[in-house]
Amino acid sequence: MKQFMELKQLKDHVFDGMSIMVGGFMAVGTPEALIDELVLLGTKDLTIICNDAGFIDRGVGKLIASGQVSHLIASHIGLNPMAGQLMSTGEMQVTLVPQGTLAERIRAGGAGLGGVLTPTGLGTIVEEGKQVLSVAGKPYLVEPAMRADLSLILAYEVDRFGNITYNKTTRNFNPVMATASDKVIALGRKLVDELNPDHVLTPHIFVDYVVMEVQHG
Amino acid sequence: MDKMAMKKLIAKRVAQEFSDGDVVNLGIGLPTLVADYIPHHVHVHLQSENGLIGLGPKPSEETYDPDITNAGGQPVTLKTGGMYFDSALSFAIIRGGHVDVTVLGSLQVDETGSLANWIIPGKMVPGMGGAMDLVTGSRKVIIAMTHTNKGRPKILKRCTLPLTAKNQVNMIVTEMGVLEVRTDGLHLMEYNPMFSIDDIVAATEATLIINNPKKMEVS
Repeated sequence: MKQFMELKQLKDHVFDGMSIMVGGFMAVGTPEALIDELVLLGTKDLTIICNDAGFIDRGVGKLIASGQVSHLIASHIGLNPMAGQLMSTGEMQVTLVPQGTLAERIRAGGAGLGGVLTPTGLGTIVEEGKQVLSVAGKPYLVEPAMRADLSLILAYEVDRFGNITYNKTTRNFNPVMATASDKVIALGRKLVDELNPDHVLTPHIFVDYVVMEVQHG
Repeated sequence: MDKMAMKKLIAKRVAQEFSDGDVVNLGIGLPTLVADYIPHHVHVHLQSENGLIGLGPKPSEETYDPDITNAGGQPVTLKTGGMYFDSALSFAIIRGGHVDVTVLGSLQVDETGSLANWIIPGKMVPGMGGAMDLVTGSRKVIIAMTHTNKGRPKILKRCTLPLTAKNQVNMIVTEMGVLEVRTDGLHLMEYNPMFSIDDIVAATEATLIINNPKKMEVS
């Protein structure tokens, strides 16, 4: 990790037209404070990579509602009616990717792989325009690795080195996304002196900046 | 039968398909109800693709934790022995054949075991979520759904909507009966005695292979 930073410093790390991976599953595990700041900054023409479209008032849905997203790559958009509307009017491009393929493409992006071979999507429209390879007599779709300019993730405990744990089902896409972008900013919920090295889920070498969540009340 | 009675009946029948120790994924909607009817002597490990195994009942006010949800985003609890994991491991579990049974709803299923449940072009585009991976990787795929949609058959010779996967469905449970997809076609294994075989044939577009079906347990 390079350093802890204030939320306001997010402006130094974003630019119009960039691609951003955002952790979370139906907004559970999404770093809401970082999303709110990005909405305030008004950064435009974003490609957002996230499991889903969130809700109009939660998760990446807030960026969609504010018109900042030109391309959404997700597995599901059903809980955010605005995402469906913007897709049908052509105001936002939506690329739907099977959830397991999305996770694995991101993992490959962080792991130095060119992509993955998966049986998921064979014989469906997901296969269209893709290469099919046969390995040991079985067909697989070639799904390319995915990376982004920035990952915004939600951590739970963070130590002073930037090692991270996650809490319960907020983990979801956060650990893989922490490996697959040029820059990684984590929102931490609890600052601790030390973490048991065996309990670290994202090693600090993947994390560039940590913003600690302001505790309310 | 009203809609809720149908759903309960379907959920009850699906719950009889599990064996002790099975890892089971239940989809959103009707399949979620199945958890309420699993026989007490059968212990299954419920997996949720957002990253947990050991799904417990709905939380009370005291046990509610916004950081524990199922794949439908609803608050849930975790049983003792359960655990959390990330999305990449979750789908390694799913695609890797470590889920014994997946239960999901569908818009259409056909006699070759293909299913369509993620898009109605021009009308509804929610996305496939984890469904494509679940039906491709799970050892057994059970479709739990009402037999028809406003009187129109959902069990077809060939799906007309874009597919979720080809030839992956093993069993279909509806309020009318239990069907199995086999290499020679779609078999009617059990029928609900509230309906005649003719009723079932009439409500099904697919060709049914009917060879002494049993009465469905509908207690």
